[in-house]
This record gives sequence, C-alpha cells and structure tokens, in this order.
Amino acid sequence: MSPERLEVKKTYKLLINGAFPRSESGRSYEVATARGAFLANVAQGSRKDVRDAVVAARAAQAVWWAQSAFNRGQVLYRLAEMAESRRDELAEHVAHAEGRRRPSAQLSVSRAIDRLVWYAGWTDKVAQVLGGANPVAGPYFNFSLPVPSGVVGVVAEQDSSLEAFVEAVFAPIVVGNAVVVIASEQRPTPAVLLGEMTATADFPDGVLNIVTGFTGELAPTLAAHEDVDGLDLAGVDETFADELALVAAGSIKRVLRPGRGDALARLRAFVETSTVWHTIGQ
Amino acid sequence: MGDLSDSRLGAMAYDPAPESRAVVAFQDAYGLFIDGAFTNPSSHESFVTTNPATEEVLAHVALASIADVDTAVLAARRAYETTWSKVSGAQRSKYLFRIARLIQERSREFAVAETLDNGKPIRESRDIDVPLAAAHFFYYAGWADKLEFAGFGANPHPLGVAGQIIPWNFPLLMAAWKLAPALAAGNTCVLKPAETTPLTALLLAEVLQQAELPPGVVNIITGDGTTGSALVDHPGVDKIAFTGSTDVGRLIQQRVALSRKHLTLELGGKGANIVFDDAPIDEMIEGIIDGIFFNQGHVCCAGSRLLVQESVADDVLRRLVRRVDQLRVGDPMDKNTDVGAINSAAQLEKITELTAYGEREGATRYTSTCVLPDRGYWFAPTIFADVAQSHRIAREEIFGPVLSVLTFRTPEEAVAKANNTTYGLACGVWSEKGSRTLWVAQRLRAGVIWANTYNRFDPASPFGGVRESGFGREGGRHGLEAYLDVT
Amino acid sequence: MAPLRLVTRDDRGVQLPGESSLPTFDTEEQLRALLRGLAGVDAVGAEARAAKLATRSLKKSTKLAALDLAVRMVDLTTLEGADTLGRVTSLCAKAMRPDALDPEVPSVAAVCVYPDLVAHARRVLGESPVKVAAVATAFPSGRASLAVKLLDVSEALEGGADEIDMVIDRGAFLAGRFGQVLDEVVAVKEVCGATHLKVILEVGELRTFDNVRRASWIAMLGGADFIKTSTGKVGVSASLPTALVMLEAVRDFAESTGHVVGVKVAGGIRSAKDALRYLVVVNETAGSSWLTPERFRFGASSLLNDLVMQRQKQRRGVYVRPDEFSGD
Repeated sequence: MSPERLEVKKTYKLLINGAFPRSESGRSYEVATARGAFLANVAQGSRKDVRDAVVAARAAQAVWWAQSAFNRGQVLYRLAEMAESRRDELAEHVAHAEGRRRPSAQLSVSRAIDRLVWYAGWTDKVAQVLGGANPVAGPYFNFSLPVPSGVVGVVAEQDSSLEAFVEAVFAPIVVGNAVVVIASEQRPTPAVLLGEMTATADFPDGVLNIVTGFTGELAPTLAAHEDVDGLDLAGVDETFADELALVAAGSIKRVLRPGRGDALARLRAFVETSTVWHTIGQ
Repeated sequence: MGDLSDSRLGAMAYDPAPESRAVVAFQDAYGLFIDGAFTNPSSHESFVTTNPATEEVLAHVALASIADVDTAVLAARRAYETTWSKVSGAQRSKYLFRIARLIQERSREFAVAETLDNGKPIRESRDIDVPLAAAHFFYYAGWADKLEFAGFGANPHPLGVAGQIIPWNFPLLMAAWKLAPALAAGNTCVLKPAETTPLTALLLAEVLQQAELPPGVVNIITGDGTTGSALVDHPGVDKIAFTGSTDVGRLIQQRVALSRKHLTLELGGKGANIVFDDAPIDEMIEGIIDGIFFNQGHVCCAGSRLLVQESVADDVLRRLVRRVDQLRVGDPMDKNTDVGAINSAAQLEKITELTAYGEREGATRYTSTCVLPDRGYWFAPTIFADVAQSHRIAREEIFGPVLSVLTFRTPEEAVAKANNTTYGLACGVWSEKGSRTLWVAQRLRAGVIWANTYNRFDPASPFGGVRESGFGREGGRHGLEAYLDVT
Repeated sequence: MAPLRLVTRDDRGVQLPGESSLPTFDTEEQLRALLRGLAGVDAVGAEARAAKLATRSLKKSTKLAALDLAVRMVDLTTLEGADTLGRVTSLCAKAMRPDALDPEVPSVAAVCVYPDLVAHARRVLGESPVKVAAVATAFPSGRASLAVKLLDVSEALEGGADEIDMVIDRGAFLAGRFGQVLDEVVAVKEVCGATHLKVILEVGELRTFDNVRRASWIAMLGGADFIKTSTGKVGVSASLPTALVMLEAVRDFAESTGHVVGVKVAGGIRSAKDALRYLVVVNETAGSSWLTPERFRFGASSLLNDLVMQRQKQRRGVYVRPDEFSGD
C-alpha cells in the first residue's frame, strides 16, 4: 500500500516590480477560509513595501504608456488566456475564500475572466470614446485626448475576492496607468494567483503591484503618498473612506468613492484630458 | 563619386533569399464554404487560380452559380435568425478574438499563400498584410460587446445578412476589413473573394472552423463576376459592401438603388502626394516611392500623382529616379524583393495601355533599369515627369507602378490641382510646417490625409473616400456604422 | 535642395562644386544659414526606413563576402583607463590575425587606442597594414581648452598615429556656437595635415536626427575625412537610423562639394548580424562605392569574434564554440 502523497504547499508573496518578494518586514499573517480553516500564511505587507511598489509603478507607467494601445490590449487578452487555462485553480481559491460552492465559484471566475476580455478590447477605443476634435472659433486644429493620470492606488473590495478585484484594478491599467493594489485583507489569495499570472502574460514589470496585508495599516500610506495620482477606495467603509479622502486631498489626488458611477466610470476616473491647439494657415 | 547614381547592386548583390513554400499545402481543388463546411458547387464548375510570378496553377476553385449564392444567403439568414442574433456581444467578441489569434498563429502560412496567389513580395505579406488582418479582428472583437458606447445609440441593431465583395490587391486584409466589423455588429456574412486571389480566403475558412464559429455565420463563395452580381441582386441580403473599381461600383449602386439594401462602396482613387519645399527630403522620397510602388501600385489610395513645389522639382525628380533604380523587382518569394508581380495578364495589359498614353501625350518617361523575369506578369516601375492636368495619366487610375509628376507654385494651387479629380480617396502632404499641413489637409477633398507619411493603415483609423471614391468608412469606431441599422 | 553653392572668402572667387578646397564662412550667421537650409529629418520616417532595411536577408556568397568585408572594416578598440602595454600587445596580435587558426581571415583596418599607447601599438604592428588610430582632443568628453586638445593630437601624431579620432564640442553645439565647433575641427585638421581625421559627433548627446545632420555637415565642412557616431562612453551610441542620416549626409556632401567623407559607427555593435545590417544601410544609402574600409568602419571590440565565428559557421555549417577564438 503506497503512502498518501504529500502536497507541496504554496507560499503567498507580494508582487512588486515583476518580482515576488516576501514583505521586507519579514512578517506574515494567517488567512483562513470562509469556514475558518487555516488556508495560508500570507505576506504581511509593510509601509515600505507600499513605498517600493509606488516607485516601481512610477517607473513602469512610462513604459506601459509608451506601448501602443494594440499592444496593451494584447497583454490584457493574454492575461485572460492565462486565467482561463488556470480557472479551476482560481475557482478553488474563490470557493475557499468566499465560502461558495464549486459551481458558484466557477461562475464567479467566468465573470472575472470575461471582465478581463472586456477590458482588453478597450485599450484601443478609449481615445475614440473619451476624446475628440473640438470645433473652436478660429483657425485652430483642436483635439482632446485622454491620457492616464499616472500611478493609481486601489484598495480592493474586501468580500469579492476576484471579480471586484479585476473590476477595480484593470480599469486604470486599460487607460495606461500603473497600479498598486492592497488586496482584500481576509481573502487575498485569488488576487495573488492572478498576480502570478501576469508574469506569464508579458506584463511589463511594475504595471501591476499587489501588496497583501492589513488594510487599516496600508491604506493610509497609499492615500498619503504624494507620488500616487489616483485612489480607488472600493475596499473601505464609509467612515474610513472619509478619512482617507481627506488625507488624499493633501496631494490633490483623484479619488473614486465606492458605489457611484456608470459602466465607464472606472475608465474615466483616472484619465486626464489633454487638449492641443495647432494653428491652421499657409 | 561616379557610381552614386548606380547604387543598386554593385558590391553587394544580395544572393537569393527565398522563403520556403513548404509551410503551405494547397489542396488540388476547393469547394464552396457554406454553412460551416466545404461543399461542391451545384454546377460542379471550377476555375484555376495561378501564381502571377510564374504562371503556374496553384489550385482549382469552385465557381459558385446563382443557385449556390442562394444556398449561401439562406445559410447566412438561418444562422442570423437562429444563432448569431441570439449570441451576446461578449460571445461574438470571443469568437473574433479566437480568429485573430489563429491568424497570428498561422501567420507564416497565410503570408506565403498570399504571396503565391497575389504576387506581392513576401516581406509585405509577412510584415503588413497578415499582421494587419489579425489586428482588424482584434480591434473589432473589442467593439462587439461595447456597441452601446460606440455613439450609435443605447442598443444598436445589426442589419442582418451582409453580402461582401472584395478585390484582389489585399485579399486576406480585405476579407478581414469586411468580416470583422460585420460580425462584431452581429451580422452574418456571405463573402465573395476576387477571382484571381481566392486562396487566403479559403484558408481563412479553415480558421473559422478552428475557431468553432457557428455554421453559416460566415460563408465564402468563390466565383467570377456572375457570382458577384447574383449576390448583389439577392433579395435575402440586407447589406452590400463592395471594394473595387469605380466603374463596377457605379453598376452596383444602380442595381441596389431601387432596393432597400444598405450599401457601402470603397472604390478607386488618384491620390495626390503634395511635396512642399520644406519637406524632410529623404523621408519624403521614401514616402513617394512607397506611395506608388508599394504593392506594385495596386492600391486604391496609391499616391499616383506627385504634386511637387516647382522650386524643388528638379532635385526631387533626380532623387526619385535614383531611388527607383534601387528597387528590387522580382521573385515575390525572395525576402529581399521590393516590388513583385502584376496580379494578372489582364491588369498588366491595362497598365501597359494607359502608360503608353503617357509618352504619347508628351510626358517624359523614366523607367527603372531592373531586369524583369521571363515568365509571369511584370511591369518596371515608371515615373513620368512634365505631366499636365489634362493628360490621361494624370486623371485615370492606372492601378500599377506608374507615377505621374506635376508641379505647383503655391499652397492654393497645390490644393486646386489635388482636388481636380472626380476621385477623393487619399492624399499625402509633405512639409515640416504644421500649420500649412493642417491648412492644406482641411481643404483637400479626400477621406484620408497622410502627413509626412503614406500608406499607413490601422484598424483604429477610419478609411474610405469621398465623391467617386465611394462612401462609408472601414476601420475605427466609424467603421461600425456600415453594419448597424442606424441610417 | 539643389546642389549647394557655398560662400567663399572675399578676396577669392566663388568656389564651384568639384574643386578640392572646402568652402569657408566669414560669419557665424553664414554658417547658421547653411545649417538651417538643410532639410529636416522626420524621425518616424527615418526609423521606418532603417527598420525596413534591417529586414534584408543576406545569404551564401553575399553573406561570406559581407563578413569578410566587415572584418576588414573593424577598428579594433580598447579605450579603458586600465589599458596596459600588455593589453595593447594582445589587441594588436588579434588585429593582425583575428582567427588564430585560419590565416585566410583578413586583418582589420586599424587598432584604436589612447594617445599614450600609440607608439607601443605601432611597434607591435611593425610592417602590418593595420593602422593605428588614436582618440584625441580630451576624449571622450572634449571638455578642455583648445590648446590642450591640440597638444593631445600632436602627441598622438608624434607617437606614430595614422588616424586621429577627435570629438566635437557638444556643449558648444547645443549652445548654438556652431562656428566654434567648426573652427575646432579646422584647427585639428590643420595639425593632422595629411593624417586621416575622424570627427566624433557623439550622437547620444545630440539626441535628435536634425542635430546629427547639422553636426555631420559642420564636421565635413571642417575637413573631416570621416564622421563617427560615438565615443562608446555614453549610454546611447550608434544605431541604424543615425547611421542612415549620416550616410545621407556624406552622400549629399559628396554631390555638393565633390569631397568624399567616410562614416564610422561605434558603440554597441556586438553581433555580426548588426554589422551586416549596417552594410546594407551603406549599400542602399550612400551606395556600393562606400563599401570599403576607406569609407566605412566599425569601432568595436567584441564584434570581431562574432564576425569570425559567423564566418566559420558559414564555411563549416555548424555553430562553433566561442572559446575557439582568442578572448582579445
């Protein structure tokens, strides 16, 4: 009778600048399944990790925006391909994290992947929908184009471990930003998994950075960091959101509060309109 | 210094660098692609398609009869009613993404097939035709589930069954330009490839099968002019999209005028490349050359007229003539070939006939000193200087590697001469002065204006003409309009 | 732009194209007017042209001939603070015999060293046709007085240099003091006499193609025998588009004035594939008459081994071990 095979257990690390380090603090914290069983020791990100992530995002954003919109779409579609090929793994994690039954978890994963596909097709259309020529009075060629704000910090929703993560995190990336996201505190593993997949999807280093840890500790760092241009507060309650919004005001961040806006709100939130005039004459 | 003007070969002759044919295997005979499968034509008639560079037969291809057209349209209608109109935009999007990916995966096969069937250099099919075709499917895949944001209302509907007739100059790319937006918008299609270049469309049919596109959503029926006519006349078709000559476009529009069919046309052109004295010289020379000799001049938007500011005309002409002699004309399968074969004997005859008028009417002719192969259809790149507005070669579309050079003195005169045509597809403007470029662009009657470049295509950029170059746009957000019920 | 008719000194007649002396300028304004009259370079177009030329495929006998030609065009270079006599000795041996096991491989065009090592290189090379090129004029920065720069050149010449690679004053260029840049080239050329002068533009600091075109013309008007892309000491060096622009410049200059100037690309050229791409650009821009070490050079070090390796591979049909070749 052969002995039962021992599984190789996984370590859940941060994603910073295309690499998967542990927290510089060396700390980790226990994450349990929805039913309370031990799931993993996940890296407990520190303020310094957030700082490093922002540095990486800033450098990456120039590279990301310099690529053609077509290339950005290809990268996002590739991520969808990766996620689809590993959907069972993702579903298992969503099931454990959210306490869903297997079929429900699979549906959730399907929706998340479909959202990625939807986003992939946006990169080379945003300018056509949000931009345009302006018929000014005078001999000037005038056009407005949407350009990314730069580095966007996202505090991911706490309960929806994958769908809401994808929804919030990839919208700013579609329009050319680089992102630092603080994953759901209690349900981070699907996000970490998706982060791993970006490594095989030709994402330039630093376009997406994922810091796991305690939201209460890390969100204020992100909100106060002056080199972060935008902040999505999906994962905090009203009171905390008020606090963070106040802090963010110190560096005139673009702040997106949870629960408002239409289907394009997330795409518009972290885009700046750049308008160019050019004389017309012989 | 003596051989600066003879910089064609000299010390570096570039030995033959042929792409291998082995990657593609044509069947001896192809059926019609209807309802998801290849079937025999009702008449069992077929015709051959040949390699214009060697005149060898590549394959036998079915000739779709009126009955076959009927079958195809019915299949498209059935697919529309029972399947495609019920499929979500997100689902359509995924099919299109699959098709795009498959084209990318089989890109070398497509490139070689295109070069063998069309005669264009392998470098062009490899670097331009095939990647752009895939890109069109990628681009429109992204619109399929976003139609409510395209500016046509909250819930725009497709038209139904689209009959699409495409030309022989960019066979695969034209198929992509037609199918991608039509499918994204929710229509089903009956596509008729050009008579001399059916093979990459038939290869595309295989890709559609691999993508598991529901049967009947796209039907590909090869044939000749009678097939096309039958498609245009069929009452079961809601929309006709045609790319080809203005003469045929006129006939189609007449036939469709009394029906309720929607119509878009992408027709001929006599593009003017306008060069000012402050043009970036070397890049401009490349742009002029590329504008007329790219794809052997078989381009509706070719810059077939050069309008050069008189003060720099001599120098520009000198540089052009020197550059033309550097063009490598020959075996399209050779990776170093710049200019390939003329697509057919018929086209070669047209080019030869029209070009003969050039000299007759008094223009000065410069012909490339390239050595043309014995077999196949070839025309040496040619430049005519001292061309006047009234000359036939300044007014008629030659659709071959022949450039007519005229001069102008002022921006106004340049605009007037550029617009002095019944066509209006594309123009080029060469200058380092932005304000003047924009001033000229504003006044040109053309659907596409290239500044300091030429023959640039992108699925995100709308393409199409004004006046007798047609109506409707392909590419961009605007390209969806042709396939939605919004006009 | 029609062939130029350039300004001359007051007390002489108009210089016609084809005569052997170069035009001169009385004022900064005259030079500026000429430079402004040069056509601009559209960066997108230039890069697209270079990219298209890079798709050329060289096979068989063409490739073999091109590899041999490239070897003969190499200025085998060592320009390190840590250079010693021993280093130069090895370099010269390699220059004369690039492939120790195959005497058929031709020798390179030149070795390129700092001025204080010229005499030693000359001794080691003896009767070999390999030339000694010396960098001079406060290479690589060029930041020193003219007097110091000219002394640098003299000492290199005294050591026996056959060729001088000077740097232009990029600070002066970027500040618009074009006359000063020109005067320095003229002054160095005067010291050089018949010795072959290469003028390094340092394209990585000039940044734009328009600047490269203008600097090329200044160097050529100053009497350069060669214009050279880079010192190899800053981040950005030679690239196909810059070589394209410089080759267009030498072509146009030859047509306007009758003077033939060569081009040297240096910095970052490591593979035989790169080298062959440059040869294609030469062939299809300035023309096949520039395909000679008299008119085109590669400033490189590790390139030579890759050329020799590719040569072996073409002949033997197998990929060989890098260790088969000396590490010099």
